[in-house]
Amino acid sequence: MTVEWRGKPVWIIHRTKEMIDGLRKTDDQVADPKSDRKQSEFQPPEGLDPETRALKPEYMVVVGICTHLGCSPSDKFKTGAESGVAADWQGGFLCPCHGSTFDLAGRVFKSKPAPDNLPIPPHVYLSESKILIGENKKGA
Amino acid sequence: MASNVEKHKSDGTLVGNTLEWVDARFPLMSLWRDHLSEYYAPKNFNFWYFFGSLALLVLVNQIVTGIFLTMHFKPDAALNAAGVPVAFASVEYIMRDVPLGWIIRYMHSTGASAFFIVVYLHMFRGLLYGSYRKPRELIWVFGLLIFLCLMGEAFFGYLLPWGQMSFWGAQVIVNLFSAIPLIGPDLSLFIRGDYVVSDATLNRFFSFHVIAIPLVLVGLVAAHIMALHEVGSNNPDGVEIKKYKNDKGIPLDGIPFHPYYTVKDIVGVVVFLMVFTIVLCFMPEFGGYFLEYNNFIPADPLKTPPHIAPVWYFTPYYSVLRAVTFPLFWIDAKFWGVVAMGAAVVILGALPWLDRSPAKSIRYRGPIFKTLLSIWVFGFVILGILGTKPPSYAFFGVIPGAPVAQIFSVYYFLFFITMPWWSKIDKCKPEPERVTG
Repeated sequence: MTVEWRGKPVWIIHRTKEMIDGLRKTDDQVADPKSDRKQSEFQPPEGLDPETRALKPEYMVVVGICTHLGCSPSDKFKTGAESGVAADWQGGFLCPCHGSTFDLAGRVFKSKPAPDNLPIPPHVYLSESKILIGENKKGA
Repeated sequence: MASNVEKHKSDGTLVGNTLEWVDARFPLMSLWRDHLSEYYAPKNFNFWYFFGSLALLVLVNQIVTGIFLTMHFKPDAALNAAGVPVAFASVEYIMRDVPLGWIIRYMHSTGASAFFIVVYLHMFRGLLYGSYRKPRELIWVFGLLIFLCLMGEAFFGYLLPWGQMSFWGAQVIVNLFSAIPLIGPDLSLFIRGDYVVSDATLNRFFSFHVIAIPLVLVGLVAAHIMALHEVGSNNPDGVEIKKYKNDKGIPLDGIPFHPYYTVKDIVGVVVFLMVFTIVLCFMPEFGGYFLEYNNFIPADPLKTPPHIAPVWYFTPYYSVLRAVTFPLFWIDAKFWGVVAMGAAVVILGALPWLDRSPAKSIRYRGPIFKTLLSIWVFGFVILGILGTKPPSYAFFGVIPGAPVAQIFSVYYFLFFITMPWWSKIDKCKPEPERVTG
């Protein structure tokens, strides 16, 4: 689902076990598998798993704005050739503007125009079913 | 020039008296003579020489229709009671409710595309006949600045209807600036006036579109024409008509601009208006090329349309931007894409100093120029076509577009960079002494 945060789309994606397993296959195809590069605009929450890039692997919270020129990538959740992206596609996102592709953890594939992985906004689980976007800590 | 012209003397009629009165206080007659009735243009102008005056006509069209559109347009991104952005709704109001609003709006939007068609042909004429060569370097440079202004006008104007393409096009172009190291992100913020393209952006773009750029544009057009009339027009033979003058100092191969070329240009204007009107009335969106279909959907900041491409006149440069996919000197590919796109426009300005050919006009230039220029034009068109397609596009489904765009982007620059060398060794034919008619 898509919510608006600071005028930008934030996606909250429920990932299945197959989707999470697929992330291991894309490890060597993405430019920055461990998200070592620093996010420029805001701090992601601490305790992110570097591969799934989420506090809870089954829920991905990510800003849906391409790090290239700011289009919003479209979801390509179907796998394989059926997706129309690539034959070994594991599911992910395709930016319609300049063709950058991202895997299901928002990690950008190599040799694409986008320089960085999709940014993870600051967020915190207030309860099992409630997420607050914009803060990394409970309280306030 | 002006000081040598005798002041107008009345023939005793009311018109004559008025003219004498004005001319004693304002250089009316000398302006008329210098720029029209005694501006001697080469007698051998051909088809390619229509586009300068047509560009002027389209400029007037844009200004006049723009004035009327401004009376009804509201630059406001807030949602109205029906949940539609006010700016978007006001354009629809112009289209549906304002008397003749639809045709004024289409004249303006079709006029934008017509402007680029006419200007591209006008620039190509310069390439063909070496019109940028000494002593016309400044005319060419002013012309390039006009081209840049036009691109700015088109870009700022495209945001105003606040449709999906408006929003996402502006988002992409403003983000281009964020690629600049160090200051980039703050610069983007400064241009937008917000963290996202928003009401603040819409209002400032409106201001630039209707005031700032048009003022600069009109000034540059005046400079372009003044520089032209200072040195005199080039012609399809690329020889100077001022070399041979009669005893009154009038070029032997020159004819007064008025009435000869004013009448000739009227023919061009009539043909142009016929084509323009047909487009206006029967295909104002021109199959999605002049006005993209996605722009009839109000801007949605949460969803990019599945296929986004700039309007056709930006697509060659957009292809160049997209062609750069590798980082260089530890700076992102994004930055170099922007640099390449900017350079592709700016390098045109260096043309007068890159071309070392002994002959100006293609008529007397050698096979190297003719071949390389043909490939360049072909490449430019291919880049333009690819720019309208998604990045994964392949010609006939087999030739992948991305590497083709990269090859032609490299060629685009090589054509200019290597020009000092090949233009010198090319086998030119001797230029004639006078124009050949």
